Amino acid sequence: MDFLTPFDYEFFTRGIVAAVLVGGICGLIGVYIVLRGMSYIGHGMSHAVFGGAVVSYVIGFNYYVGAAIWGFLSAVLINEISRRRKIKADAAIGVVTTAGFAIGVLFITAAQSFHRNFEAILFGNILGITDQDLYVIITVSILAVIFVFFFQKRLLFVLFDKETARVYGVRTEILEIVFALVLALVVIASMNSIGVTLLAAAIVAPAISARMLTNNFLRMIILSSVIGIVTAFLGMYSSFFFDTASGSTIVLFGAGAFGVSALYAFIRKSYHSHSHGPIKHTHPHLHTDKHLHKH
Amino acid sequence: MGHKSLHENKEVENQYHETRSAENLLSIRKLEFGYLPHKPVLEDVNLDIPKGRFLGLLGPSGSGKSTLLKIIIGLHRPWRGYIQYGSEKINYTKTVKSISSSAASYFVRPIKTLIGNVFSSIGYVPQIESVDWNFPVTVTEVVGMGIWNRSGFYPWISKNDKERIQSVLGTLGIAEYAKRQIRELSGGEQQRVFLARALISNPQILILDEPTSGVDYNTRENIFTILTDLNSKGMTIIMTTHDITGLGKRLPWVVCINKSIISQGPPNDVLTQENLLKTYGLSRDICNLIDDRETSISNPAITDSSRHNHFHVESEKES
Repeated sequence: MDFLTPFDYEFFTRGIVAAVLVGGICGLIGVYIVLRGMSYIGHGMSHAVFGGAVVSYVIGFNYYVGAAIWGFLSAVLINEISRRRKIKADAAIGVVTTAGFAIGVLFITAAQSFHRNFEAILFGNILGITDQDLYVIITVSILAVIFVFFFQKRLLFVLFDKETARVYGVRTEILEIVFALVLALVVIASMNSIGVTLLAAAIVAPAISARMLTNNFLRMIILSSVIGIVTAFLGMYSSFFFDTASGSTIVLFGAGAFGVSALYAFIRKSYHSHSHGPIKHTHPHLHTDKHLHKH
Repeated sequence: MGHKSLHENKEVENQYHETRSAENLLSIRKLEFGYLPHKPVLEDVNLDIPKGRFLGLLGPSGSGKSTLLKIIIGLHRPWRGYIQYGSEKINYTKTVKSISSSAASYFVRPIKTLIGNVFSSIGYVPQIESVDWNFPVTVTEVVGMGIWNRSGFYPWISKNDKERIQSVLGTLGIAEYAKRQIRELSGGEQQRVFLARALISNPQILILDEPTSGVDYNTRENIFTILTDLNSKGMTIIMTTHDITGLGKRLPWVVCINKSIISQGPPNDVLTQENLLKTYGLSRDICNLIDDRETSISNPAITDSSRHNHFHVESEKES
């Protein structure tokens, strides 16, 4: 079998384009989510959006628009609840998004006869994505990149020091609302390819892998996006040969990337160059309190 | 007749306050604020801050000194009263409060943007404990935040801005740390990074929340020297501090606050036993310890025992 065989199939080529775009935007947005300490929001949002998708399908409303509105409202609700400070964000995410998911399940069980296969949303079916799905992914990818490009300085300021950002004129509340909208769109775009049950890992894994590799914010964004793209490509490509579910394979490659990054960070910490006067050398050593190198 | 003269007196008094306010960079009148309804943290606060003043707000934890700072910089909207920034006056009423506490707050412009034309800018230095120092940013990126809205729409820092950042870092003696991640710095260096972020926009007024909390003696002295130097060049500085003995007594102007302004003026006039008693609720014995401490502060060789006294005072305050 030729290594280029998978690309002979149009459905596969379309799938791999979708996977790479989804991997990239999940990696990009994931940085902001991880550094905000809201890693669970990707998981929660995808579940909430599932509810919105099912409800809008049942009532005959546009599937994507319905899911987007539902996801956006869930994100705003989570923001509002956690802003009150009485309830922490993780608890707010747990209630709001699981309730959204439950509504979706309720609608499915209440009306059994659907033409649409909701299993694809739950576990991902990248090989079955339509042209419309692909257009949505491309549009959302462009929007997400534009958003990050133009709002990068404000996003960084708010993530690092929200209070001072407000003093310096950053409209933090509006920024959080816009971010919630972008996140909802990313989740919706990724739903068919990765699946709502696996999406959290696709958002978080590239970002935490990148965090292991750098202490620089801009570099972290670039690395996270690249890791997202590479793991999505490798996951998708190998799923063809191993005949495995593409969403699960992509997520496992993401987890693998985190393992490799963590190992690299550990080795780099204990095994790095240092000098004794004019002699510079590299070998494993321990750092004691006063940074003495003991050999 | 009596009523009329009373009314006239009131008008004269108001005119006097208006005239005084116009001379000041910042004037606060009858300010009231609280985090919970019917539980004011600040009541009837009146304060004038002329241009070029170096002022320290002193008070125990929960006295409202940090809250007052946050009101000045627009992070909290007072229940009532007014603040005059130069010639721009902002009146606060219950209506404004109800707007800020509702969903409509999304559409209320921050005070900073309302008064943007009055001040060229405000430099704000928060408490260093307020951020996560493990965050993946470099010193340059943190300082660059101070000019985020003047440095182009693109996500990276321009060459010109990098030079500007380097220059401010150089002034504060931390130029060689520009590319380091903030976690790699000591507490004093981190504080100077925050100071650099505040100074990069050339503010008229510098506001610092506990700039010397959690730092050692040398760092405190270093920060104090930098602030004194900035003030001597005409910058107005407002800071809060817990440190009555080490810093409070050496500031040109101190304001004792506990819910309202207890007293203000040069430290020698203000830090009396009576005022400390009203502000901190300290016993006379503790006040005497502070007086002893004053003697040792004037002596450059600080003894361990005097440090012990200092911490003793801090713990008394907390309890």
